[in-house]
Amino acid sequence: MDVTITINGEPVTRDVEPRLLLVHFIRETPGLTGTHWGCDTSNCGACVVLMDGKPLKSCTTLAVMCEGHEITTVEALEVDGELDPVQQGFHEKHALQCGFCTPGMLMTSRALLDENPDPSDLEIRTAISGQICRCTGYQNIVAAVRWAADHEASTKQEAGA
Amino acid sequence: MQTPAPFEYERATSVEGAIASLERLGSDARIIAGGHSLLPMMKLRLANPEHLIDINDLHELSYIRDEGEEIAIGALTRHVELLDSALLAEWFPVFREAEQVIADPVVRNRGTMGGSLCQADAAEDLSAVAAAVKAKVVIRSTSGARTISMGEFHVGPYMTAVGEGELVTEVRIPKRPGGGSAHEKVERRAGDFAIAAVSAAVWIDGGTIADAGIGLSAVGPITIELTRAEELLRGRRPSEELFAQAGAIASEDCSPSADGRGPADYKRHLAGALTKRALRRATARALHQEA
Repeated sequence: MDVTITINGEPVTRDVEPRLLLVHFIRETPGLTGTHWGCDTSNCGACVVLMDGKPLKSCTTLAVMCEGHEITTVEALEVDGELDPVQQGFHEKHALQCGFCTPGMLMTSRALLDENPDPSDLEIRTAISGQICRCTGYQNIVAAVRWAADHEASTKQEAGA
Repeated sequence: MQTPAPFEYERATSVEGAIASLERLGSDARIIAGGHSLLPMMKLRLANPEHLIDINDLHELSYIRDEGEEIAIGALTRHVELLDSALLAEWFPVFREAEQVIADPVVRNRGTMGGSLCQADAAEDLSAVAAAVKAKVVIRSTSGARTISMGEFHVGPYMTAVGEGELVTEVRIPKRPGGGSAHEKVERRAGDFAIAAVSAAVWIDGGTIADAGIGLSAVGPITIELTRAEELLRGRRPSEELFAQAGAIASEDCSPSADGRGPADYKRHLAGALTKRALRRATARALHQEA
């Protein structure tokens, strides 16, 4: 059946089997391979994208269920060569080693800061609790999200001053 | 790659339409909402529906409402909405406590009240919560609606009283004065299914327990309603000794299996200890002495 999904603002149409998972649709059709396909069992969170601004495990969602919804992937974070503050935070705080979990971590972190611009460390840990970093680099991930929150707050203050 | 077997898909645009499709397609059809239990089952071929009816557009099934004598929860209400509801936190704090430990925040954006109950997984937390607060389930079909208790709803492992052509639309919880409730869960790691979990609710009138509800998760083939302990508690004054007796009943009346989460005797021990703790905290809340 034909399905049209808006991915990073662009409508993408493809004839799919209803059983096609969203993660494969994203990786195959627009070829956006930033979204990683990890455990396939909704445990690891490498496949997290945003649906209408909220984090979603794309390995446990059918592509056909997403028609009419806005999907945002990691590729949308950088705008005109400018990295999103969470990406900058991951760079500043060395929050990735192998990088496999990073796209999902970035998307969940972005959604957290959109909803709660000043999260506590516990709130950050809770937000990423559905995601696994097999390099076990959690401390630096929490620090990176904290860095991004502080960076955004100071940028906002400067803009207001 | 884990992929479900082929199936036909349709998106419901009304409750009536979803029920008509269920009636037409019979036992080959399943409802999909969040999909976070059903799709993993389909990937493993533990569920093989030939038709999926997607009800995610039926926003009329997504609500938490105060209806005077009852709180009504629409079947499509997401876990995150149950977690954030001030109305539920006021009347039944057990929902917020359980929701904090059900899966993880990303999964909670999708999974639903109705889906959790219909999955009828004995290790799932919300079924124990619903049993403890004496929730009733509203099931609709073309011939109207029927309302049944949680005890009638779960008929076996992964089996419910929902028949062909029927759709769970709502959960209703009676609001009674003097109530308190709590959820206790022990899990191996954040977001995992319980090794054992207990939901408890008590209603206190004039210093004695007017009624009590206890639901046990993950310690038997289905969610266990601990009716023998509920009977023991009714009409008695709350005390540590009484809670210990209820805990002993929990250990006796559960029937856990040994698995990767632990041996059976450990789970029996947990069922007892968690029952005692949940009753203690539920009572403190009912008496406004929150510990």
